[in-house]
Amino acid sequence: MAYEAPDFFDIDSLLTEDERMIRDAVRSWVSERVVPIIADHYMAGTFPDELIPEMAELGLLGAGIEGYGCAGLGAVAYGLILQELERGDSGLRSFASVQGSLAMWPIRAFGSEEQKQHWLPRMNSGEAIGCFGLTEPDHGSDPGGMETKAVKKGDKYILNGTKMWITNASMAHVAVVWAKLEGRVRGFLVEKGTPGFSAQQMKNKYSLRASDTSELIMQDAEVPEGNLLPGVDGLKGPLNCLSQARSGIAWGVAGAAMACFDEALQYGLTRRQFGKPIAQFQLQQAKLAETLTEITKMQLMNLRLGRMKEEGRATPQQVSMAKRNACFHALEIARRCRDMLGANGITSEYQVMRHMCNLESVKTYEGTHDIHTLILGHAITGLDGFR
Amino acid sequence: MNFVVCLKRVPDSAAKIKVAADGKSIETSGVDHVISPYDEIALERALQLREEHGGEVTVLCLGLPEASKEIRQALAMGADKAIHLKDGGGSRGPFEIAKALAEVLGSIEADLVLFGKQSIDADNGAVGIMTAQLLGRPVISLVTKLEIADGKVLAHRESDAGTEVVEASLPAVVTAQRGLAEPRYPSIKGIMQAKKKPIDERDAPASEGSMALDSIVPPPERQGGRIVGEGVDAVAELVRLLRQEAKVL
Repeated sequence: MAYEAPDFFDIDSLLTEDERMIRDAVRSWVSERVVPIIADHYMAGTFPDELIPEMAELGLLGAGIEGYGCAGLGAVAYGLILQELERGDSGLRSFASVQGSLAMWPIRAFGSEEQKQHWLPRMNSGEAIGCFGLTEPDHGSDPGGMETKAVKKGDKYILNGTKMWITNASMAHVAVVWAKLEGRVRGFLVEKGTPGFSAQQMKNKYSLRASDTSELIMQDAEVPEGNLLPGVDGLKGPLNCLSQARSGIAWGVAGAAMACFDEALQYGLTRRQFGKPIAQFQLQQAKLAETLTEITKMQLMNLRLGRMKEEGRATPQQVSMAKRNACFHALEIARRCRDMLGANGITSEYQVMRHMCNLESVKTYEGTHDIHTLILGHAITGLDGFR
Repeated sequence: MNFVVCLKRVPDSAAKIKVAADGKSIETSGVDHVISPYDEIALERALQLREEHGGEVTVLCLGLPEASKEIRQALAMGADKAIHLKDGGGSRGPFEIAKALAEVLGSIEADLVLFGKQSIDADNGAVGIMTAQLLGRPVISLVTKLEIADGKVLAHRESDAGTEVVEASLPAVVTAQRGLAEPRYPSIKGIMQAKKKPIDERDAPASEGSMALDSIVPPPERQGGRIVGEGVDAVAELVRLLRQEAKVL
């Protein structure tokens, strides 16, 4: 059954022709190249490496980056790309978000000219993969408490510490690692093959199975001094990266929710019980109405956030609201749509349960639902609920 | 080498088609349109041949003003420029379309003109062949393999008897069959560059009305089946019905 993307409020007409063309190109690519293979990768617990050159060819990897051979798209066009990728699978969108927003973006924003020239074209072409090391085993929601340390020794920095839940880390050629140097958070480009540096893939996940999640281990890892990101000092560095990525997540999960809605609707129209299509029953219709309403709200919020980003005036708190709302409702939608598919909904023949399991992670990473609640609470009251 | 690919804008094959109130057109609101898939295959092969042999790919489209979207899509895939014969409406049979295309093609340098083997909406398979006839050029239809060497085109075409290998001198016309090429996705770079590529917009000649579409009737709804009996006893009756009523045996 061909995918029919829900667009109840004709949001299409608010997009430019370029934005629609880019979205449609990625949408067809996902339908033809991702959807047919992704369930097998998910079951096997493997990332679809074979799609990386195709994503690079389409120009998706550095699509949001300005210059250095990258497309420099606006926030809406970039968001639409992520929406379509996550319609395929959250793992694929996570790959793209980490490459573009968490690895290429800090190099573009905080890197030296030499670092940008060296990495950005290679990362845009898919020749080099990047990852982002901020979270640690004992410091998730509280990254400021990080224990990873860097010490200057001659013309090198010596890094020690462990980073956890790092997407793309096992396949990455470069890791943007955040560590404390003389008590200040600084960014380092740690290259694959660096002595004392290794990645350990994390298995046994129930979620994001078609995604590489690893631990980064640094034991006296020797990083050349030229690999320090010169342009940023303090926790605002990684937090700015997260703000980039989080807005992409809001778009992405809308795609996953749209996939679930489409599947549940098609299923409801063709599955017959008691002599009629189950979509004719009021309980199913209530679920569909609820789902489409939440998707439409998400789409409108994403579009508005994207336009404000393009005008340079979106705040991190607005990003928090969009990420929090979209993830919460996308997960509720996936659970509800799973329900609507009855027993069939638990199999890999259908997408709903894969999206549902993925979204448990997406709701958690890059600021959990509760952390974004506190960010909003702080913005509303002026009172900091963290401390 | 100058390649010209003729494109038609058609409703997406995945769209649910409804006959409009006038009974002779289809409801277009809410229906996505695309480049007719065989034309897209022709375009892809033209782009590949340009990459091998150099030259330019021009797309030529006779279509409503809205077809600018499909033209843009072709430019995003990599075509260099386009000519849009803007259709003011009215029905046109294949011969009228061929005449309008041939007039343009006769006035530009076109070493190889490529069409899809047919459009997927009206299933017209005549336009490419008629255009070649009007231009007085050789035409190879239903092409599944296409190469250029020494001023000639070498093509494979499908037939019931097997594969025909055909050669024609340039300039020539071909119509593309499935299997000739796998259309690429437009890249983001291609989409951004497409905006800067020239589209030569001209008015299409007025419709002569030599052929008019009277009505579109959807296929009849499928009727429910009939159970003629059970077990061995039913076989004779079933065979009789298949022979005499359904006439399939």
